[in-house]
Amino acid sequence: MGRRILQSPLTVLGIFLVAMIIILAIFAPWIAPRDPLEVNLGQKLLPPSSEHWFGTDEVGRDILSRIIFGTRISLKIGLMVVLISFPIGTILGAIAGYVGGMVDQVIMRLTDIFLSFPGIILSMSIAAALGPSIENVLLALAITWWPWYTRIVRSSVLSIKSSEFIESAKAIGANPFRILFKEIIPNAIAPASIQASLDLGFVILAAAGLSFIGLGAQPPSPEWGAMLSSSREILRDAWWAATFPGLAILLTVLGFNLLGDGMRDLLDPKNR
Amino acid sequence: MDALRYTVKRILLMIPILIGISILTFFISNTIPGDPARLAAGPYADAKVIEELQEKMGLNDPVYVQYFNYMKNLLQGDLGNSNYSHQPVMEDIKQYFPATLELTFFSMFITILIGIPLGVISASKKDKVADQFARVMALIGVAMPAFWLGIIFLLFFYLKLGVLPGSGRLDTGLAPPETITGMYTIDALLTGNWTVFKSAVIHLILPGITQAAVTIGMITRMTRSSMLEVLRSDYIRTAFAKGGSEKRVLYGHALRNGMMPIMTLLGMTFGHSLGGSVLVESVFSWPGLGKYAVNAITYLDFPAVMAVTILIAVLFILVNLIIDILYQVVDPRLNYD
Amino acid sequence: MALLEVKDLKQHFTIKKGFLGEKKKVKAVDGVSFHIEQGETLGIVGESGCGKSSLGRTILQLIKPTSGDIFFGGKNITHLPRKEMKELRKDMQIVFQDPYASLNPRSTVRAILETPLIVHGVGNRQERRKVVEGLIDKIGIRKDQLDRFPHEFSGGQRQRIGIARALTLNPKLIIADEPVSALDVSVQSQVLNLMVDLQKELNLSYMFISHDLSVVQHISDRVAVMYLGKIVEIADVEELYRNPLHPYTKALLTAVPIPDPTKKRDRIILQGDLPSPINPPTGCAFHTRCPVATPECKEESPELREKAMGHWASCIHVHHEQSEKTKINIS
Repeated sequence: MGRRILQSPLTVLGIFLVAMIIILAIFAPWIAPRDPLEVNLGQKLLPPSSEHWFGTDEVGRDILSRIIFGTRISLKIGLMVVLISFPIGTILGAIAGYVGGMVDQVIMRLTDIFLSFPGIILSMSIAAALGPSIENVLLALAITWWPWYTRIVRSSVLSIKSSEFIESAKAIGANPFRILFKEIIPNAIAPASIQASLDLGFVILAAAGLSFIGLGAQPPSPEWGAMLSSSREILRDAWWAATFPGLAILLTVLGFNLLGDGMRDLLDPKNR
Repeated sequence: MDALRYTVKRILLMIPILIGISILTFFISNTIPGDPARLAAGPYADAKVIEELQEKMGLNDPVYVQYFNYMKNLLQGDLGNSNYSHQPVMEDIKQYFPATLELTFFSMFITILIGIPLGVISASKKDKVADQFARVMALIGVAMPAFWLGIIFLLFFYLKLGVLPGSGRLDTGLAPPETITGMYTIDALLTGNWTVFKSAVIHLILPGITQAAVTIGMITRMTRSSMLEVLRSDYIRTAFAKGGSEKRVLYGHALRNGMMPIMTLLGMTFGHSLGGSVLVESVFSWPGLGKYAVNAITYLDFPAVMAVTILIAVLFILVNLIIDILYQVVDPRLNYD
Repeated sequence: MALLEVKDLKQHFTIKKGFLGEKKKVKAVDGVSFHIEQGETLGIVGESGCGKSSLGRTILQLIKPTSGDIFFGGKNITHLPRKEMKELRKDMQIVFQDPYASLNPRSTVRAILETPLIVHGVGNRQERRKVVEGLIDKIGIRKDQLDRFPHEFSGGQRQRIGIARALTLNPKLIIADEPVSALDVSVQSQVLNLMVDLQKELNLSYMFISHDLSVVQHISDRVAVMYLGKIVEIADVEELYRNPLHPYTKALLTAVPIPDPTKKRDRIILQGDLPSPINPPTGCAFHTRCPVATPECKEESPELREKAMGHWASCIHVHHEQSEKTKINIS
């Protein structure tokens, strides 16, 4: 199995990117050359050099250090949103698929409502209503994200709930709770967990977008979207201030996507 | 017959969803911290004025009464007044909406133009260099933060090369064409105003491509995988065996049959573009709904934010409804359950 | 007293067809009565779609019967409260057809075998361990294989694990739903012999469902033949194979190859396909394919009658006390 992962260079790249981001996030204070918040007006708007690899911003902060510390914020948002929405979505989807009938109808119409808002729009209005902060963006994204898992899990539950091993559990006398959590969910969770690993990237992307329009992290936080947002005012003088934070977002999202794709191919070789 | 029934059923099924959307948006509006009456009365109003306003705005009514009033207004197209522009939000939307629609259509046009052929090539040259290249491009496109790509385009094509405009819908000094659809390119064509048309198209290029970058990735991947599915089928092998030219088989037979999932994805793409407009429009100062919403957020103008939210959701549902119905009409093999 | 007695059992499913959901009834099991004695094996034979699997699942109440009664050990179990039903499940278990679908792919063999004990709160950890290890010893799987997952075993091994799972709670009755038809022929006899040995050792009763007449002949004491939700013939195994009365049974039996080439018999080829259980034919459901059908067969539903000692059949053309040589009269 391990060998098959390594056969795909893209998956290897994904693993490498994700590993790098995790290492940067954990060891940020030791890896980053400077304090990400340290203002040094004497060194503002410096282009990339051996001193400042990614240059400095409008108040002389080291952009490389800010990006390195930014991995912590992005990873935290990605993980938290997925960790909140994945279990909620999974349990609701499993209940909908297993119980069926009215319960299924109610849950699925609820997901329809949430999914009838395109991408960023619903989380934008929720975050706007809650007020701009990282925590609120996190909450807003979690509120809008769970229905995806509900749908995926429900459809895999439907495909396994008539399996003979489920019938066997019933014949043994196992209660519905046990059947759901011990027999159904462990077998229905694989496709949704692949989606979750892809989503880590997409959540980070969405959170950066919300920060970009002023809803998430507030300055001087070294959040990538917020950094991009403030770089617009110095675009004419400092291309580096806009370029590197965006590259960081791109590589992070790409890393999680490649990893998720690799996992999917592994589980479904037909897609290769 | 069944297709007609299906259509009716789908339209009826939309009603609870629309009600659900209105409840959700009402709920969000009500969680907004701060007192709308105080906001409306201004910072210097005294307590009495605010109290009267609260009464007048129905803020003391029970929640369900407030919801019914909200619904009543919504159905009459009354989305409230903007706290910022001080005019009905509906008026603002009428002004900004065509710009967003124009951008969305343009970016979908680019998406289809590039994404579908790229997907077909990728599938037909599976695992060859062209396929690898297309797949990597698609992967990057999907992972791309559009707002960043927009900034990079601005840096390069506007600031550095100066070949393309970086903001707005027309060159300064040009008067917009007579309003027919509100979409400048179409209005300029209809009125035969060539200069304005050219300027409008040029202004669409950067935001349009930025917007399309992500959706091209999505469409390419979808086209590739549904083409691969079709290409594996026996009748395509037969078509090749009968000596059909590759191009004819690919675009004539295979693509037509792989079109179904792609159509669904186009609906999603439309929604994605509408959503993405929030970010892209604010990068390019494109005076559409997205920019309007972002401004509204900055000025804590919630009626405007909510109006944009509802409008985009309703549009998204409508587009998906149309696509689903087309899907059913075109493909009679599907089951209508 | 019979261990299991089933009286006029019906299992009707409603299915929605078409977009506005015109409801149709499928009579999967339509008025079935029989009994099984302690230590006895009743074979249930029929083509796929005849309702034999639904019958098994209805008896276990994995699906609630539409009507009719099921008696187990003399007690009517059709409308038991949840708690008593759960208790009863210890006494009747099921072995499924597909050894690849009937074991949870994400559980180890140990967990699969331990689950019934946990569900019924049997013993503590050590005692359960002992039970599980005792069981696998019976079915010929080694202790060191216990922590493997189902996909690491062959089809025959998996089916034996499925049998062990059914045995964990010391049941009295096992419903075996085509337990060997997914296995290679060479493995089939191993599994069948295991079942026979276990039956002797544990005094089990089997309801053995299969479409394979030779397998059923090998293992059964009595055999019931089902056609479109009904039992059309039931008799002791020797009697049924030697002297089939119902034209459907005859047709099924002539389709089985005989090992003795000196014996000749005329094959009866059934006309057409099995009719849909959604719209079963009127009268005798078999008349559309029956070689001896007469106009009355379209009108009259024959009842299951005892035609000879312990030999029941439902056909108006089979008369009482027919001898082995009697031919069916085609009026």
